[in-house]
Amino acid sequence: MEEVDVEPTVTNIPAARDGMHLGFAWGPGDILVFDTVYKAAGATGSGSSLIHVVRKDEDIYSPILRKLFNESHHIFVGLQTIREDLPSKNKKPQFVSISKSYRSVIRACMEELQQVAVSTQDAELATQYGNQVSILLAIELIWNLCEVLFIDAVPAGSLLLHLLDWVRLHKADVDEKAREVLQSESPVEHHGYWDVVVSYVLQGRLEEARQMLAKQAAQQYADKNMYKLMDNLLSKMPVYNPGSIHTLTEFDVKWRHWHEEVDRCLQDKSFASNVHLELICKILVGDEDTLLEHKELLSTWYHFLVTRLLFAHPTIKPTELHYYAQSCMAMFLDSRSAPETLDSILLAAFDFDIHQVIKDCSIALNNWWFVAHLTDLLDHCKLLQSHNLHFGSNLREFLLLEYASGLFNHHSLWQLAVDYFDHCPEFGRVYLELHIERVPLDTERKALKVLRICEQRQMPEQVRSICKIMAKRALRNNRLGSALSWSIRAKDAAFATLISERFLQDYCTRGTFSDLDLIDNLGPAMLLSDRLTFLVKYHEFHKLYGEKCFTEAAKLLLSLITAKIAPRSFWMTLLTDALPLLEQKEVIFSAGQSYELMFFLEELTSSFKPATLNSDKSMQEEDIELTKVELLRLALARNLAKAIVKEGTVDA
Amino acid sequence: MFVARSIAADHKDLIHDVSYDFHGRRMATCSSDQSVKVWDKSENGEWHCTASWKTHSGSVWRVTWAHPEFGQVLASCSFDRTAAVWEEIVGESNDKQRGQSHWIKRTTLVDSRTSVTDVKFAPKHMGLMLTTCSADGVVRIYEAPDVMNLSQWSLQHEISCKLSCSCISWNPSSSRAHPPMIAVGSDDSNVTYGGKVQIYEYNENTRKYAKAETLMTVTDAVHDIAFAPNLGRSFHVLAIATKDVRIFKLVPMRKESTSTGPTKFEVQIVAQFDNHNSQVWRVSWNITSTLLASSGDDGCVRLWKANYMDNWKCTGILKGDGSPLTGSSGQPTAMSTVVGSSVQTSQSVLNGTSAGRIGKRTPFAPPLRQLTSSKIYQHPAYY
Repeated sequence: MEEVDVEPTVTNIPAARDGMHLGFAWGPGDILVFDTVYKAAGATGSGSSLIHVVRKDEDIYSPILRKLFNESHHIFVGLQTIREDLPSKNKKPQFVSISKSYRSVIRACMEELQQVAVSTQDAELATQYGNQVSILLAIELIWNLCEVLFIDAVPAGSLLLHLLDWVRLHKADVDEKAREVLQSESPVEHHGYWDVVVSYVLQGRLEEARQMLAKQAAQQYADKNMYKLMDNLLSKMPVYNPGSIHTLTEFDVKWRHWHEEVDRCLQDKSFASNVHLELICKILVGDEDTLLEHKELLSTWYHFLVTRLLFAHPTIKPTELHYYAQSCMAMFLDSRSAPETLDSILLAAFDFDIHQVIKDCSIALNNWWFVAHLTDLLDHCKLLQSHNLHFGSNLREFLLLEYASGLFNHHSLWQLAVDYFDHCPEFGRVYLELHIERVPLDTERKALKVLRICEQRQMPEQVRSICKIMAKRALRNNRLGSALSWSIRAKDAAFATLISERFLQDYCTRGTFSDLDLIDNLGPAMLLSDRLTFLVKYHEFHKLYGEKCFTEAAKLLLSLITAKIAPRSFWMTLLTDALPLLEQKEVIFSAGQSYELMFFLEELTSSFKPATLNSDKSMQEEDIELTKVELLRLALARNLAKAIVKEGTVDA
Repeated sequence: MFVARSIAADHKDLIHDVSYDFHGRRMATCSSDQSVKVWDKSENGEWHCTASWKTHSGSVWRVTWAHPEFGQVLASCSFDRTAAVWEEIVGESNDKQRGQSHWIKRTTLVDSRTSVTDVKFAPKHMGLMLTTCSADGVVRIYEAPDVMNLSQWSLQHEISCKLSCSCISWNPSSSRAHPPMIAVGSDDSNVTYGGKVQIYEYNENTRKYAKAETLMTVTDAVHDIAFAPNLGRSFHVLAIATKDVRIFKLVPMRKESTSTGPTKFEVQIVAQFDNHNSQVWRVSWNITSTLLASSGDDGCVRLWKANYMDNWKCTGILKGDGSPLTGSSGQPTAMSTVVGSSVQTSQSVLNGTSAGRIGKRTPFAPPLRQLTSSKIYQHPAYY
């Protein structure tokens, strides 16, 4: 295959040049570039101190093209779900219809761009839109041809009909001109009249040509018979009908008869007195020189090709196309003008060289949209494997990965990219992992969206990381509840412990809990860390107490201390919480329970001693602490007494 | 490629490093003016400086972000022989109103006796670990055992590389099959000292880093080094900035189960480019390692890309045009040059061919652009 080696593209940066270096840093979607000097240690210099944001894939930022990306995404996803088990022959209609859907999305986009291009006041913007329209037009032209030749793969006979449709679709200016002529006061005298008639004939729209001619015939009494003869020739031209019972050979015989008849008319100079009719007759007989004299009406070599085939080789086979295409291009373009990229792409298509078409399109276009989607479709049609065994599907994946990676740079289009990655079996998942963890988690909503995508695809590491980032951020902003729920999602026990501690600290200083709903409804999640379990249970104690279920509250409180899930630093608080229960008229703590409480109080105060001597604590604080202990001792002793009496009574 | 905007960084001296945070919403810059600045990107894509402070008493060479799992944390290294760790704290409300944030120094790492030339955080799966290398030839690995307390860092490992170190890169692979691995480059220019890239691997049993490989073919000074994201592959890809750009593949060789020594590698050179003409100073990969960027003495940043056949080509060049702007930010000329000359950087690599078959601005499109109707479905298909 021909390798075209061209210089890489150069982007000028408004920065210094001589003796300076360009520093850079990769971002997710762009590169930062700045002036610097990399050399000896301690180097100083006079850089401009400017940092330039350099970006690629500008198309992504066009709001109209965004529709193209959005809508083609649906088609793409639909294509991936076409069942594998059907024999590919039966799937052809589906593939053709998908191809047409892609093209109508391009068309819709093109028309919208055209409209804004016309309506905008800004000349520069209008040029930009105009350029985009011409790109899309070219894309659609190529895609349409690929659809006819590769996807639909129409046989001889039908092939020409499809090519005619292709040319008609892409040279719609005839209709515009026809309308203008017909709307004028006297269409037959309009200067564009004959151009329209000839253009119709060149496109094989003979019925419309006859209608136009009829207007002229009605006024030209002298040439009446000549017009009649022409009308007769036009109406009799055989057109292949793939649905009919006639074979291609039968059609060929009929067509040759007609061709001979036209040729006879030309030979016996039936139209010699009317230059226009003679010209039409020459076209009908497929005279190449005549066709080439009307380049401006044909406007492109591929129009010339199709017209030439129509009037000279209507039963052209796909395999013969290349020969005619090449010769038509050579004949049509003068020796001075070299074929442009579009020409060589179309020529490669006529040559059925799919790989060359994809390659040339990739080089010529600055977004991956077209090549990625077309290649994917061709791959589904099993065209790439047969074309070149060892890199068929790799090529598809390579292009899809590039396209989807580009989408990931956009703040909302990245969601489309996820589906593209899903359908890249080799590297799709790794690419998704790398890209999705870089999606900025601006809001909780966005974080949840990203999280859902990761969870659906079983990406535990990404899930954990996102939750951890969110938990960390919430904690920094002092949103404890949010931090706790994110760290539970991350299953991050250490962090949950830390946050639980913060909750308890807050309770100690303020006497109330925040985020009650969350703590009440943790369920089994509270088992993530001991401290979290304690937090939940401790809160439960407060609830029971509030609801005056003193016995249950007392039991829970005691179990918190005895089961040692309470941090030691919190024992004093727990014991203090027991105070009001001890002071109730009723006996709530049994004698046994009172002993246990007393045991813990003693253990605490004995270990407390050095701490209370700590000079950090003020005398006042120390006093409070001592008073608390004294109060507790008193209350416990009293309760014990009451309990013994009560228990003795019951026993007796 | 196009310049979307330019930001006046307003450093008083040469900028040495610019670093994006993990999500690309913040960046940090450092300079010979001994300061670090932090920039935040607003909704409309503009960058605002939200903090600027003096960090060192010498040129600041590099600045780098920790993974956001560890909070908003920066590390910097300097000619003043130190590296430092900085953490952003949620400041007073009036700070916030002024759009400023507050960074406090959590630690200064003073173990080096010479200029600290590079600083990198280890991959996040290893915990919060920071690595420095210095001109005295020592790589130091520090760890913050309690991620909630960044003022405590303990020096876990000291690797003596014998040669003046210029750069380090961690292998980002989190696969269990790959023990932690770090590559170190030396800018010692004496070619007789042998290979200038050394690769160290962590050994579970000895709990130490041991040399696994020296790239003997790289004998000239090395200025930068970068492991590519692993993409789930069994081998590693390493880019090196020396007198040229080189890309190496390190393929771990099958290990005997009884062996406790470091992994041995088969070292393959994948690509070597001397387009920068002379020294290359920086190499760096994009997120998915489909593009490698390098900066060299020719004053250009070059972009390298492999096609699907793994052929590497230069696909784009960023070049100073000698006219540094002094003004403020310029607006993007978005959507221009759809088939102009300045496009196609990423596009031109399908088969290793470079860009620009359409060098001029001539329309790529068919000559006539009349759009009157969309008639795709006009003729029924015959099937």
